[in-house]
Amino acid sequence: MGNRQEKKISIRNLSDREFFYGHKGCPGCGGSLALRLALKVFGERSYAVVPAGCMSAVGFIFPQMAFTCNAIISTFPGTASMLSGVAAGARALGIKDFHAVGFAGDGGTADIGLQALSGAIDRHEKIIYICYDNEAYMNTGVQKSALTPAGARTATSPVGNRLRGAVTQKKPMFEIVAAHGVDYAATASVGYPLDYLRKLEYASQVDGTSYIHVFTPCPIGWGYETSDTIAVAKNAVDCGLWYLAEFSNGRFTLTHNPSEFISVQDYLLGQSRFRHLQEEDLQGIITMRDLKWSNIHREWFS
Amino acid sequence: MNYPLRQNSFKPPEKLADYPVGTAFPAGHLVDTNASWRSRRPVIDAEKCSNCRICWLICPDGVIHNTTPGGLEIDYDYCKGCGICAKECRQNAIHMENEGI
Amino acid sequence: MMLEQKAFLSGNEAVAAGVRLARPHVIAAYPITPQTTVIERLAEMVEDESLKAEYLNVESEHSALSACIGASAVGARTFTATSSQGLLYMAECLHYASGGRFPVVMMNANRSVALPWNIYGDQRDSLSLLDCGWIQAYAENAQESLDLIIQAYAIAEHPDVLTPMMINLDGFVITHTYELVSLPSQEGVDAFLPPFQTVNKMDLDHPMSLAFTAGPAYNQAFKQLQHQAVLSALKVILDTEERFGQLFGRNYSGLIESIHCEDAEFIIVTLGSVAGTVKPVVERLRSLGERVGLVRIRYMRPFPDREIRKALAGAKAVGVLEKDISFGYEGTVFTNVNSALMRSKVIQPRLLNFIGGLGGKDISVADIERLFLRLKSPDDGETVGFI
Ligand SMILES: Cc1ncc(C[n+]2csc(CCOP(=O)(O)OP(=O)(O)O)c2C)c(N)n1
Ligand code: SF4
Ligand code: SF4
Ligand code: SF4
Ligand SMILES: [Mg+2]
Repeated sequence: MGNRQEKKISIRNLSDREFFYGHKGCPGCGGSLALRLALKVFGERSYAVVPAGCMSAVGFIFPQMAFTCNAIISTFPGTASMLSGVAAGARALGIKDFHAVGFAGDGGTADIGLQALSGAIDRHEKIIYICYDNEAYMNTGVQKSALTPAGARTATSPVGNRLRGAVTQKKPMFEIVAAHGVDYAATASVGYPLDYLRKLEYASQVDGTSYIHVFTPCPIGWGYETSDTIAVAKNAVDCGLWYLAEFSNGRFTLTHNPSEFISVQDYLLGQSRFRHLQEEDLQGIITMRDLKWSNIHREWFS
Repeated sequence: MNYPLRQNSFKPPEKLADYPVGTAFPAGHLVDTNASWRSRRPVIDAEKCSNCRICWLICPDGVIHNTTPGGLEIDYDYCKGCGICAKECRQNAIHMENEGI
Repeated sequence: MMLEQKAFLSGNEAVAAGVRLARPHVIAAYPITPQTTVIERLAEMVEDESLKAEYLNVESEHSALSACIGASAVGARTFTATSSQGLLYMAECLHYASGGRFPVVMMNANRSVALPWNIYGDQRDSLSLLDCGWIQAYAENAQESLDLIIQAYAIAEHPDVLTPMMINLDGFVITHTYELVSLPSQEGVDAFLPPFQTVNKMDLDHPMSLAFTAGPAYNQAFKQLQHQAVLSALKVILDTEERFGQLFGRNYSGLIESIHCEDAEFIIVTLGSVAGTVKPVVERLRSLGERVGLVRIRYMRPFPDREIRKALAGAKAVGVLEKDISFGYEGTVFTNVNSALMRSKVIQPRLLNFIGGLGGKDISVADIERLFLRLKSPDDGETVGFI
């Protein structure tokens, strides 16, 4: 990214304009904050592509339209393919200085939309793809996705005599995207908004495909107070179950390297989706976390 | 204007000819508010506020505006009363008040 | 009339030539036999810059159409092509394109649908998606395929229509058969086909929300408008063919082509390339004094119900010959022809449904002669039969 400008983004110079306003997202929705901040960075010359999922369901209910920039709902699997078409169409029409930016949920990204995303990255489409990760299919009533963490109770990973919530691990989307040789990828959290803003800004200047995976708590699906969204998003990072990283020019870097972790138990047991977890489950989650971090330290810093 | 206002004059389509072409409608077109969703409302104490703008940054609905010089104003038409702003304000300059019914 | 060049082209190559003349901005496609040579030619044209377009090598047919919808949603002219399994894989996007009123033009190489696997021609792919809201045309040969592609943009993008259009070519029989084809000049096509203009798009100067949700209070109105739009194509198709004829000297007959139906007692109704087999049989039987005729359906949507009623008004017996079946009932074309006739007050002819050509099974001249014999023989109570 030779032409990248080093204009540091901050609360002071972030746009006052609102591009996602009056939507019907639940109070305290982390996903809608992720969209709102991203569009402030990308600005009015954005084409937003939003697949079926909470963010499209709350933003485009005729005649109430919450996006103030251009926006379109895509099919559920079709975020990256529609983005590719928008970018190609605008290019072919001679339109300059625009951003084609997608906002897909975890299900729309890691499950049904993965094929189209993979194709777009492979073509190095000049698009920005934001995965807002609320760790389940929220719009259809909290079912398990490939990004639902182990142990989480959802409507399709119930808690009973045999199962104690989801039995699969979160699909490593960031690494999967990076393995394509993507032009830019990052993880972020709405609990670290300035780190997220900086990554959005970087993505807006990449000549190729950018992917940002932003952790966006959902008070409804996770079971915590609506006022706690930012705190929960921050705690997920601070307890080491989520991490803030970047991938560019073939290298991984951490943008936040915690020297110690806060309690995983406190993070998990503060949400009703995890409240059934027993000591051995919690220990299993901590073991997986430690394995992840030792891999990060071994592979990214060697 | 940095954010859309409710369109008070909007009339729902009555006949087919009133409908938009395709599925394309003007962006930022609001016909109703979200005020009724709220059971508590955030109130900013200007005395305590340091104007750090954290609340403005992290409000999921973007309803805290920098419209008055040096001060913030909440658009109660669209504030949902989630309480994030009050929780995150480091100056404790926002408190939540129960909405009267 | 504009000067034309002649070239020896397959149906697929004729389609590619037509697409180039229509100057699309974006082409997105995924390979499937027997569509492949269309997209190969287009990729070459983009590469040698004889076609200035963005060519997207997408990773599936769903993505191909999704990308075309995205491009159309910023006001670009688009093209895609597919067949069979690929068309089925697009199904979600087919409805999306028509519901959103994105006038994408697509070629479909009619091919059998698995299982059993089979790459040869029948029309079960497109006819099983007749209800997806697209205008559906069926070509008889390479020349008509080329002309239909050019006309398709004028029809689909017409403000009264604004609906995507699917041009169907019988797999191999049309897609891979070489013919001498007249190529309209670029100046002629530019005069015939103005650049795509629409308000149904995202616009940086006037931001719009597209492909929105419409709840129970509004949804049906959008569907009524969609229905109206496809019906509007009835007239737009005729006007377009007339303009086309004036410019290029090739005249088409509207939504159906009817041959000797004015006084025919026995008529075969069919669509696609098999009409080319029926035509000489009709002429030969006519020369023997038999009052036989042919209706070739050119458009399945909008459906030419008036034209069909008129053409069949004097017939004693009509056989609908189609490469399709809706299992457990009858062929879809037959259902549509029947319904058109039921709307008339005239006496109904005897109606038979001949199902044939599935998975590329040959339909020969002798088969057609047998079908006319069948129409003339007394009613045996059987309506639907495989040939
Ligand atoms: C092809 C298809 N399958 C299923 C659905 C139903 N569906 C709509 S939204 C959704 C869940 C979306 O989950 P996610 O992508 O995580 O976004 P969220 O709602 O959580 O924001 C599902 C399953 C659909 N619209 N299309
Ligand atoms: S269910 Fe969760 S993700 Fe969906 S709108 Fe509500 S808070 Fe946001
Ligand atoms: S967070 Fe508190 S101190 Fe900062 S601007 Fe808001 S009200 Fe003022
Ligand atoms: S209560 Fe929630 S919606 Fe209202 S201003 Fe505060 S953060 Fe925004
Ligand atoms: Mg989700």
